[in-house]
Amino acid sequence: MSDYNFAYLDEQTKRMIRRAILKGIAVPGYQVPFASREMPMPYGWGTGGVQVSAACLMPEDTLKVIDQGADDTTNAVSIRKFFEKTAEIAVTEKTREATVIQTRHRIPEEPLKEGQILVYQVPIPEPLRFLEPRETETRKMHALEEYGLMHVKLYEDIAKHGHIATSYAYPVKVEGHYVMDPSPIPKFDNPKMEMAAIQLFGAGREQRIYAVPPYTKVVSLDFEDHPFDPSKANHPCDLCGAEHTYLDEVIIDDDGGRMFVCSDTDYCAERQAMGHRGRLSPEAAE
Amino acid sequence: MTIQPLLSVKDIRKTYGGRIGCTDVSFDLYPGEVMGIVGESGSGKSTLLNCMAGHLPPDSGQVLFDTRDRGMVDTLTMSEPERRMLSRTDWAFVHQHARDGLRMGVSAGGNVGERLMAVGARHYGNIRTQAIDWLDRVEINEDRVDDKPSAFSGGMQQRLQIARNLVTGPRLVFMDEPTGGLDVSVQARLLDLLRGLVREMGLSAIIVTHDLAVVRLLADRLMVMKSGHVVEHGLTDQVLDDPQHAYTQLLVSSVLQV
Repeated sequence: MSDYNFAYLDEQTKRMIRRAILKGIAVPGYQVPFASREMPMPYGWGTGGVQVSAACLMPEDTLKVIDQGADDTTNAVSIRKFFEKTAEIAVTEKTREATVIQTRHRIPEEPLKEGQILVYQVPIPEPLRFLEPRETETRKMHALEEYGLMHVKLYEDIAKHGHIATSYAYPVKVEGHYVMDPSPIPKFDNPKMEMAAIQLFGAGREQRIYAVPPYTKVVSLDFEDHPFDPSKANHPCDLCGAEHTYLDEVIIDDDGGRMFVCSDTDYCAERQAMGHRGRLSPEAAE
Repeated sequence: MTIQPLLSVKDIRKTYGGRIGCTDVSFDLYPGEVMGIVGESGSGKSTLLNCMAGHLPPDSGQVLFDTRDRGMVDTLTMSEPERRMLSRTDWAFVHQHARDGLRMGVSAGGNVGERLMAVGARHYGNIRTQAIDWLDRVEINEDRVDDKPSAFSGGMQQRLQIARNLVTGPRLVFMDEPTGGLDVSVQARLLDLLRGLVREMGLSAIIVTHDLAVVRLLADRLMVMKSGHVVEHGLTDQVLDDPQHAYTQLLVSSVLQV
């Protein structure tokens, strides 16, 4: 046994966080304040997500951590190691096998099932923050459903760019009441938020937890004449050939050469193992 | 047939600790009427305006407004959602400093469109058409629709604020020194514009100012305040041409004649 309490946080703290989570699930999209703890990592690295994960984890859980869809980036690797060390739980890179998935900026391509928990790391939970600086006022606006201002932001987008240029952290309305910031996931992922798994959002620095229960209605805001468009790069994946996944653009040389690859590394690797090939797959390149 | 007042203020009193903000203020405002409130700095006119507009809770009194669905209702005992709804549909508030009433980080079109979106407009094309129409009515060129208010002159900012407030067709407009801080020629144009809009839309308005020229041009009736009390009220021309109270006489005679 390690010298840490199970999953690093003490039991009273986990209890406090669980109460906030339960309240969040009871009121979908509502930002529940909680007493965020100092974590052994800097703010902005997922302190909120880690605390929510710690409060959810049980010894028999299997944890997966992704950062922009990838299992092998610094943030994902260090958080996974953190829980391996402090909770001694099983970890995996397979979306299907995980019971708790902590994510930064993506929803896995593979549809999640009932019984799974998706934990988001959230930098700024308040969707109205850059439109209305006063917290007292934004709370009132949420309570009274005064969301005209949210559309002012979209209006500004269209006026400036000719279309709604917000491409990540695209505001959604949850269960017909609260407008919520889905954390900086690409808007391509927004339609996936009506899912079978529980979605929890933790913002450590801002000390807020919110949640979307399974099968909850999540609507992306839009205008009648500028409907919501979950866009992505118009390419197939250069490694696995998938045409329905969210892609990262990677610069590969100094001559403007670039490739598009699935941002969900687990999904892409699985497709390659099944024999799918893309334009730049090692075999195809020969 | 008697006309129903649009706004009926009864015995408003507001104190700041031991000091009086305003006290014993009662009046009726009828549809299409413009009421001016004048007085020196500290006479309680802004306190009174803020009490009526729901920005400050008065200590006692009633502010009855003729709502569209329920008739005369005391806005002070109204539920907050209802009052906020009122303040973005039937009411408008023009601040002295345009930057208090505008969103400086949002384009002119967005500023005008905000009230439309707040009451449920969700069609970009229509919102934009209306915004441009209103900018035109306050003499702001269509090609400035996507500029931010910070790129506008003081007079233009004030006109933009007026457009933003009037776009939802309010019935009652509160104005707090609408021409304060503008130079005289810009003031004259703004007053001209306001007078046109008020007549054209049949607005009722309450204008707080210390500038007697403004009320002379715009207001039908006038209230003179001093130390929180209304010392004289009546038709504008009557009060200004034949002031009865000593303070009003002083006020009228203090205006420089050029």
